[in-house]
Amino acid sequence: MIQVNELTKDYGSRRALHELTFEAQQGEIVGFLGPNGAGKTTTMRILTGYMAPTSGEARVAGYDVIKESLEVRRRIGYLPETVPLYTEMVVFDYLKFMADLRHIPNADERVEETLEMVGMLDRSEGYIGNLSKGMRQRIGLAQALLHRPEVLILDEPTIGLDPSQVVDVRNVIREVGKERTVLLSTHILSEAQQLCDRVLIINKGKIVVEDTPQNLQARLVGAEHVVVRVRGDNDGLVEKIRKVKGVQNAHALPDGAVEYQFMPAQDVRPEVAKAVIQSGYDLLEMHAVKMSLEDIFLEVTREDTERKKK
Amino acid sequence: MQNIWTIAKREYKHYFISPIAYALAAGVLFMLGVAFAFLLGQSTQMALYGGGSAPDLTQLNGFFAFLLVFIVPALTMRLVADETRMGTIELILTSPISDFELVAGKWLGGLLFVATLIGITLIYPITLNFMVDPGVDYRVLLTSYLGLIFIAASFLALGTGISALFSNQLAAFLVTFVVVLTLWWLVGLPAELMPKAGAFLRYLEVNSHYAFTFNAGSIHLSDIVYFLSLIAVGIFTGAMALESRRWR
Ligand SMILES: Nc1ncnc2c1ncn2[C@@H]1O[C@H](COP(=O)(O)OP(=O)(O)OP(=O)(O)O)[C@@H](O)[C@H]1O
Ligand SMILES: [Mg+2]
Repeated sequence: MIQVNELTKDYGSRRALHELTFEAQQGEIVGFLGPNGAGKTTTMRILTGYMAPTSGEARVAGYDVIKESLEVRRRIGYLPETVPLYTEMVVFDYLKFMADLRHIPNADERVEETLEMVGMLDRSEGYIGNLSKGMRQRIGLAQALLHRPEVLILDEPTIGLDPSQVVDVRNVIREVGKERTVLLSTHILSEAQQLCDRVLIINKGKIVVEDTPQNLQARLVGAEHVVVRVRGDNDGLVEKIRKVKGVQNAHALPDGAVEYQFMPAQDVRPEVAKAVIQSGYDLLEMHAVKMSLEDIFLEVTREDTERKKK
Repeated sequence: MQNIWTIAKREYKHYFISPIAYALAAGVLFMLGVAFAFLLGQSTQMALYGGGSAPDLTQLNGFFAFLLVFIVPALTMRLVADETRMGTIELILTSPISDFELVAGKWLGGLLFVATLIGITLIYPITLNFMVDPGVDYRVLLTSYLGLIFIAASFLALGTGISALFSNQLAAFLVTFVVVLTLWWLVGLPAELMPKAGAFLRYLEVNSHYAFTFNAGSIHLSDIVYFLSLIAVGIFTGAMALESRRWR
């Protein structure tokens, strides 16, 4: 449904997207995850025809986003990050206007149905300017759903909502995502995990990780982290620990401790402890660190940055 | 076509909640009212001395046309600037309508608003018709109003196009003002100084397509072509400006 091929976007001399490549299948909910400035919004703006890429190609429902922009736009529902709305308009009139632009038959009924879907039917006569942030977010979502599009592109759909509204909006997305392709961006990993069939982690305009939330967790949370601390000098400790079979990615921490990882199937903590003691260090402590999804996220994006530096 | 109409309707309604549009409408109607009273007074005075004639309302429309030089830039300056400021430009540029339809719709909305204003000024000829005996000359008045609509349509098209070039209201206002003022008036001046280019410059001048033709009861194809070209230039500029935005 969505095919992105080596998409590059430069803003002046700043490169926001760097040969970005990914795909989303029909019916899939894909989460777009990344730190600030990663290029999520830029990618979405290119897919929706708001701006053109510097190079590369993107297709939605088989149509080229540049050459067949109108065909693409007909098939996409888009909730921009800033949730722009005509604040001086009445909710109903605004949605009717957007529905008319999409030539929806029986627009009045459709607008009401859609307001019902997002739980805003009771505010249809109110001015948009008087709505709370969360309510505007839902009107923006309603606007994106009006024409029951094949592809939904939602830029941070739950940002700024209170917890109960977050749940509501996620339920709407889950519901409409059953038969539609959804690309949604978020900073919240648990959200991506709950909603998405697949997660793309993007950093500095490149996809760094792409997997199902389950695999991602298994792959990254699966590796347990252990911190080892000794009394006095730790010269050579990293090398000693590294030599133990099953140890992965041992490195010194800034405070003098050493951190390493092991796969759940082979817990090498006893072996590491023995090696440390036999090498003559005074072992002070050894503890496992639980990695949250947030840590993984930081790790993946940091590793990527470091690799680039080298 | 349907999309142009959808956009135009929204824009038209927007003018009625816009304080600037209200102020401009009130100002124009007030000034025209004063001018009408003045014309009436003049005629009555002349009648007192025997002679004189019914006031010539085409003068009123000539004055209206001149006022358009000032009000059109103020009406069109916000067309794209507002959408950029509110971010709704992102909604509208990602909805399935062409850039041409968007610009044409905004232009048409403005034209309907100005046409409404022009419609209100019909009270002057209607009032006058009750006051003078042979009644007013409807033929001249009709072409005079038609020409006025053409001028408004051309200025609005240029203003809409320029507003798409500048996302800043003040810049859009100033550039539009300079362009329409030049078309109204200034091209006539160098025409006197440069006889070679003179004919062409005179052709560019708005008033040479209105004052002695439309506003004197005659319709010429060349004048219509002139106004339609200005409209096309304005709308084309606007569509191009929006298109180029996507490539920034
Ligand atoms: N209109 C613009 N002009 C210039 N630079 C821009 C523009 N929009 C984005 N950028 C730059 O492009 C990069 C990617 O921005 P983008 O908005 O796509 O990130 P994002 O992943 O959406 O971030 P966030 O999570 O903060 O929304 C950033 O470095 C940003 O500064
Ligand atoms: Mg963003």
